Amino acid sequence: MRRLLPPLVGLLFLLTWELVVRLRDVPVFVLPPPSAVATALWNDAPLLLQSSWITLIITVQAFLLALITGVGLAVLFKQSRALEAALYPYAVILQVTPIVAIAPLVVIWVGYERVNLALLILAWIVAFFPVLSNSTAGLSAVDPNLRDLFRLYGASRWQVLWRLALPSALPYILAGARISGGLALIGAVVAEFVAGSGTATGLAWRVIEAGNRLNMPRLFAALTLLSVLGILIFAVLTGIQRRLLRHWHPGGAG
Amino acid sequence: MAKQRDAGVSGDLLRLRGLGLTYANGTRALDNVDLAVGEGEFLSLLGPSGCGKSTILRLVAGLLAPTTGGVERVRPITRGDTGFVFQEPTLMPWARIIDNVRLPLDLAGVPRAEAQERAEDGLARVGLGDFLRAFPAELSGGMKMRAALARALVTAPRLLLLDEPFAALDEITRLKLNDDLLALWERERFTAIFVTHSVFESVYLSGRIAIMGPRPGRVVEQVTVELPWPRDLSVRTGTAYGALCRDVSDRLHRAMGALI
Ligand SMILES: Nc1ncnc2c1ncn2[C@@H]1O[C@H](COP(=O)(O)OP(=O)(O)OP(=O)(O)O)[C@@H](O)[C@H]1O
Ligand SMILES: [Mg+2]
Repeated sequence: MRRLLPPLVGLLFLLTWELVVRLRDVPVFVLPPPSAVATALWNDAPLLLQSSWITLIITVQAFLLALITGVGLAVLFKQSRALEAALYPYAVILQVTPIVAIAPLVVIWVGYERVNLALLILAWIVAFFPVLSNSTAGLSAVDPNLRDLFRLYGASRWQVLWRLALPSALPYILAGARISGGLALIGAVVAEFVAGSGTATGLAWRVIEAGNRLNMPRLFAALTLLSVLGILIFAVLTGIQRRLLRHWHPGGAG
Repeated sequence: MAKQRDAGVSGDLLRLRGLGLTYANGTRALDNVDLAVGEGEFLSLLGPSGCGKSTILRLVAGLLAPTTGGVERVRPITRGDTGFVFQEPTLMPWARIIDNVRLPLDLAGVPRAEAQERAEDGLARVGLGDFLRAFPAELSGGMKMRAALARALVTAPRLLLLDEPFAALDEITRLKLNDDLLALWERERFTAIFVTHSVFESVYLSGRIAIMGPRPGRVVEQVTVELPWPRDLSVRTGTAYGALCRDVSDRLHRAMGALI
């Protein structure tokens, strides 16, 4: 019953929306009814799906890059305090600088003809920090007794890293990854909005384009697909997290 | 075999001499601890909370360096010669029980097949032969402690350090694990240093008890436990056991002096 509630609420919402738009004769360019959005989804499916694919690819690439660089850098920091002290502030600066402000720069540097690379870089910048900070915290969250045990048995640095520190950090890394997955999508979209030159053809560009042409049904259709992508990423990452951590706690819940 | 042991220790394994330790924050945990540990004996460290029992074990294990004095290893003790059991099971939650127990051998680079066999044997010996592939979260507290014991023994150590290993367990499980630990000790002839708060537990398990005073910790008194081996229910219910417990308890109270 509980699981049925959210879809029911959604259905009710869509129905009300449809009714209000029809009964009050709201113009389509202000608020299209759900039926019009659905029609747009259907008619523009090839175009929209292709754009979704492009956005998804950039998001996934940026996310994986963020995961590798975030965990990798955290491991390096763990090996060398000096390196951490030297670089961490810059990671923070990268994090706090609004992506919107640096996007045009990055696009110019990379070149308009390679706008997808610019989008990838921008999405990576947004997605990378949660992985770095969570991994850094996770690598320090080792059970001190286990650490002593490894020392007692003369474990090498490498063994401590692979057999103790990284597995101990896994819950933290995965939590960071879940945040980072969502951010990668946001980064990819925001970057495309800013870079939006017509050479980019992801979902964000479809939103802008449809907006400029007052094609509201298509705009809503693109938005819908963006939400679907977001939900998809979240669901997949949550599933992976559950699966990898299922043995950690009694009952097997993530 | 047990007879030989209580008849007299074949020699010292360790000697703590003038051992002192001050932590970085200025806490003087130990001051001038003198204690000899005989090869093959079962020695308990008994003392109030905070008197430095854990600190002694960590010094003996080489996990801490003493501020003064030292731990003289009369017989050479090498990597894998020391096993450690903590108050918590301290198992890796991501690894199966068998992988947890095999860890010391894996770290030492023992060939996989041999390590696997030894770990399986060790688990069978503590009664966990059916739980090789379980994860720690699937076991009870007592079973996890058994796994920790198996891990500590898998390298066939000469010296087993136990830091209140059963303190967090219920009474029934604790008594059972005491007996199992003694059985393992009689079989494998390691030297045991067992830290505990419990007078009853120390008397039941040990050949000798070192009683410690409050901070900064020292060994105030040593008591030889004149009870027959093997220890079992008849020992626990005997009059000698009760008298010894009272005696040790009195000495402990005296050791704690003004605190009581
Ligand atoms: N890492 C540390 N840094 C500073 N002080 C410490 C540290 N570890 C222990 N101490 C202090 O040293 C003293 C001895 O600690 P220790 O853990 O050895 O006592 P213990 O006898 O094992 O106590 P318990 O029975 O409660 O486990 C305590 O006062 C404790 O607060
Ligand atoms: Mg302690």
